[in-house]
Amino acid sequence: MAVNIKLAETTDEKAARANKQNDKWQLRLYVAGQTPKCLTAFANLKKLCEEHMGGDYHIEIVDLLQHPQLAKGDQILAIPTLVRKLPEPVRKIIGDLSNTERVLVGLDLRPR
Amino acid sequence: MAKYFSRARGLPVLAKAPTGITGFDEITGGGIPRGRPTLVSGGAGCGKTLFSMEFLVRGATQFAEPGLFMSFEENEQELAQNVASLGFDLAALVKRRLLLMDFVRAEQSEIEETGEYDLEGLFIRLGHSIDRIKAKRVVLDTIEALFAAMPNELVLRSELRRLFRWLKGRGVTAIITAERGAGAFTRHGLEEYVSDCVILLDHRVIEQVSTRRLRVVKYRGSAHGTNEYPFLIDESGFSVLPITSLGLNHEASTERVSTGIAQLDVMLDGKGFYRGSSVLLSGTAGSGKTSIAAHLVDAACRRGERCLYFPFEESQSQILRNMQSIGLGLKRWVSRGLLRFHPARPHLYGLETHLALMHRQITQFDPRVVVIDPVTNLTEIGSTMEARGMLTRLVDFLKARGITALFTSLSDSNAEITEVGISSLMDTWLLVRNLESNGERNRGLYVLKSRGMAHSNQIREFILSDRGARLLDVYTGSAGVLTGTARMVQEERDKADVLAQRNETTRKRRELAHKREAMEAQIAALRDRFATESSELQMLIAEEQLVESNIAQQRKVLVDVRSGSTSNGSQNGR
Repeated sequence: MAVNIKLAETTDEKAARANKQNDKWQLRLYVAGQTPKCLTAFANLKKLCEEHMGGDYHIEIVDLLQHPQLAKGDQILAIPTLVRKLPEPVRKIIGDLSNTERVLVGLDLRPR
Repeated sequence: MAKYFSRARGLPVLAKAPTGITGFDEITGGGIPRGRPTLVSGGAGCGKTLFSMEFLVRGATQFAEPGLFMSFEENEQELAQNVASLGFDLAALVKRRLLLMDFVRAEQSEIEETGEYDLEGLFIRLGHSIDRIKAKRVVLDTIEALFAAMPNELVLRSELRRLFRWLKGRGVTAIITAERGAGAFTRHGLEEYVSDCVILLDHRVIEQVSTRRLRVVKYRGSAHGTNEYPFLIDESGFSVLPITSLGLNHEASTERVSTGIAQLDVMLDGKGFYRGSSVLLSGTAGSGKTSIAAHLVDAACRRGERCLYFPFEESQSQILRNMQSIGLGLKRWVSRGLLRFHPARPHLYGLETHLALMHRQITQFDPRVVVIDPVTNLTEIGSTMEARGMLTRLVDFLKARGITALFTSLSDSNAEITEVGISSLMDTWLLVRNLESNGERNRGLYVLKSRGMAHSNQIREFILSDRGARLLDVYTGSAGVLTGTARMVQEERDKADVLAQRNETTRKRRELAHKREAMEAQIAALRDRFATESSELQMLIAEEQLVESNIAQQRKVLVDVRSGSTSNGSQNGR
């Protein structure tokens, strides 16, 4: 649980610079500071990606407390919200991602 | 109105943010609670969005309070277009950083719920927008859209509760709009969270006529008007009309205004109506009500006063033409901007809307004389009670502004019963009646009542000619009350009678003169005879005296003669 989001973010950003274009899965997680819900969501997401996307993914963390203007772009109301930018179409999943089944459905990894 | 909600001395009073919406600040005694959320609820098409948008626009332009409009239904372009027709230039306000519009799109189809969450994103977004323009006013229109978008109502409810508390904490004056629900103020029970001030907008159709109404359901910590107030949405925005009778405390003027008909002024104490009084002019069809009204208007315009005319039956050009035929050129007053007509069919709107429109016109034009012609047509759209209520408010409003008002009323033959039962509201009541006799209809006018003046109790004949209206004394003589031809005939007959009488007198006088002459002649004759006789007598007397003196002389002579002989003898004898 004690994941440092900021650290993870920077790591991911490095990875993103390396092969952002190539990854099949482009995900963006909106959080608001390091609240328990946000930390849970990040941990759940990380785990889920490893299990189901086989490393072919890119996670971008957006902290709205630091970048409040970004809330408008993806019409973010709920926190945490996960946005699947790629593959198209764009999908939105809200909540701390603890219900893995629903996350998989939301990401179209499972049939609805 | 401000006086009505006078503040308690020494106590802290709820701070209010004026909305700048015409009339609304008056019924709430200053606006909506400052720094608190207010709920505006109403059905579809009630004007919630307009109300809240005007609140922001007025706040920005009149009170230098920047506003944030967070819309959940319409995007920025749609909003700007919708209110452009009301004369609000949102783009200019946005440019000056006095207004910020933020469209929040929330659609459930795109959202999958996978665990715990809150609406911190909305809070952050709201907070960011507020900070960007330092907003003092916030509108959320309509936040209920979230109920459709968010899968978990429990979370949403607790978050809304938190949101309203948060808004209060930010100290912004907020309006939250909501759809009206069945049996409740809002469909989702938002009134549960927003409890300081609840405003209900309503759009009701009664007998195919719709009226918009506003009611302040609740206003914690403040007195407010509890009635339903009609409101208007037109090219100058939203306006609420506080047209209830708050009190009878208008100033009564002692100034008089001419009726425009000299003889009618004479009937009214010689001076006409009181300024600011309400005059009812009732009469049957075609009895010349509009003409009398036109005279009043003409007289006022001559004095340079503005007049507002509300015809419900005729168009402006029709009135102008008809009045030209009795020699009243009202057109020049229209072109000089002193006279304004606002013709409307009674069925065009509900009573309240009519009242609201009149209210607005009067406020804008600020006339000294108002004519409503005829007031009876308004009863066709509402019940008598409603019409009476409306007129009471109109009369109060006009009196408060010191406007002289003339209401014409179309009555049937039993003219003393006014249809609306409004006569008691009126200060002066003139009645024009058709007097029928000898196959003619003639107009008779009389003053039924006129408060505060010694008015005439006479019926006058009312004549319309090409030189205007005139009042004549009716014929009241041995043959009863006569008007029209009968009056003229009777007057001629009277004239003839007078002439005959005069001739007779002259004749009698002449006769008498003759008699006098005769008498004097006789006297003269008598006197002559008398004189003659008396002179004869004188002569006789003179003659007699002469004779007597002669006799005496002769006797003396005789005596002398006799005694002379004796003496001679005696002398001789001695």
